[in-house]
Amino acid sequence: MHLSTSIWVWIAAFFTLAIFSFLYKDNPFYRFAESVFVGSSAAFAFLNLWFFDVKPKLWDPIAKGNILYVIIPLILSILMLTRFIPKIKWLSRWAIAFTVGMGAGLGITGMIQGYLVPQLKGTFLPLWVPGNLATTVNNWLLVFGTIFTITYFYFSKPIKGKFGVAAKIGIIFIMVAFGASFGYTIMARVSLLIGRVYFLLHTWLGMV
Amino acid sequence: MNTFEKLAQIDRRIIYLILFIVVAIPFLFKVQISMKPTSDVVEAYEFIDSIPEGSAVIISIDYDASSMPELQPMLEAILRHLFSRNIRVLLMSQWALGLPLGQEAIEQVAEEYDKKYGVDYVVLGYRPGLQAVIINMGRDLPATFDNVDYKNRPLKDMPVMEGIKNYGNIAVIIGLEAGSVGDLWAQFANSRYGVKLILGATAVVAPDLYPYKQAGQVVAILGGLRAAADYETLVKHKGAATYGMASQAFVHFLIIAFIILGNIGYLASRRKRRS
Repeated sequence: MHLSTSIWVWIAAFFTLAIFSFLYKDNPFYRFAESVFVGSSAAFAFLNLWFFDVKPKLWDPIAKGNILYVIIPLILSILMLTRFIPKIKWLSRWAIAFTVGMGAGLGITGMIQGYLVPQLKGTFLPLWVPGNLATTVNNWLLVFGTIFTITYFYFSKPIKGKFGVAAKIGIIFIMVAFGASFGYTIMARVSLLIGRVYFLLHTWLGMV
Repeated sequence: MNTFEKLAQIDRRIIYLILFIVVAIPFLFKVQISMKPTSDVVEAYEFIDSIPEGSAVIISIDYDASSMPELQPMLEAILRHLFSRNIRVLLMSQWALGLPLGQEAIEQVAEEYDKKYGVDYVVLGYRPGLQAVIINMGRDLPATFDNVDYKNRPLKDMPVMEGIKNYGNIAVIIGLEAGSVGDLWAQFANSRYGVKLILGATAVVAPDLYPYKQAGQVVAILGGLRAAADYETLVKHKGAATYGMASQAFVHFLIIAFIILGNIGYLASRRKRRS
């Protein structure tokens, strides 16, 4: 056993144990750790916004006399702040409209060009691959899994009869996807616990 | 109340304690399990192995401390592979808190391989904007980072940046993802500019990224601690991920046992209620 001599490791160990103590029951150590986390997160968010957004993109150009480069963002920023003045708060809608428009533009092109079209292309698979039974089965599962799953989300027709059967098969595919996702989630959460236990036993206590 | 019913109503704190003990035991007794690397990890490894020496790759740190146990060992293993093959590394981050983690890993691994800052690797830094950053990098990579590294040193003076203008000069982007930035890399960097992508992700995120692999937008996906351990196996350097896999396996067995016991307990109590 070789205890760490670093004060930061001891602080990290204290906060780890304080957070873990909530598993037993709520207590002052947990609340203290939670408050420190919330406070430092808020401070970080403010500094992050200032040093990576406002200062380099707006403040510095103005300070250097290049106000023309940032005149439009500056006006939009001021318009956004009018939300705090009831009489003229409607002006903030212009800035919001710009943000929504830009977000929608980026989102739509990204989704169509980068998601929908490639995903559709990825579903056009041969249903018979000579000499490769595994790929053939895989392709059948993928093609019909996609069709049946989409069937389940088709709400313009009552889910009954042959259509209902297809939708129910779709549910099976959805459940398998949920199961896989849930399994992966357990793995991820356990990995986080492993990381903390390794930190406590290795970095802090020096037992392993 | 029979045994199964009692087990179904076991105090959750006892379960937590058992879980903690099961995670700790493999570390204390140095238990290790042998693993055969999964095909996805082998694909990623072989792709990186096929990159010519002297090429440049981008590594994007899109996670923070909460995802370190899974992604930090993955990053270190990938860096060992890249540096052992004399590939230039451009490190950046789409998460502000990710950059120090990436820096820590690259400095440590660079020292092992005697790699020099500015010559073999560079830390470009963090820029907010997500998809805007990704799109701009495709047009003018240095300009996206204001032509300076994370300490405001000019990129044009660094040999590592020689010949790098945009994605056309990048062999592959390796994104390490704890959120949705991986989607953006696939949707904008790959689909718009055709740049090759390898995405390493936490186990929670990995299932959401597999459709990109199926559609050929991503070369390979590395999912969670297991993928990190596999990569460590391939680069023949055991690290935190390999040591953690025994605990991972033990806990999985424990959880399966809990699920079975819980269901038996539930069925037993339902049967009793009905009778």
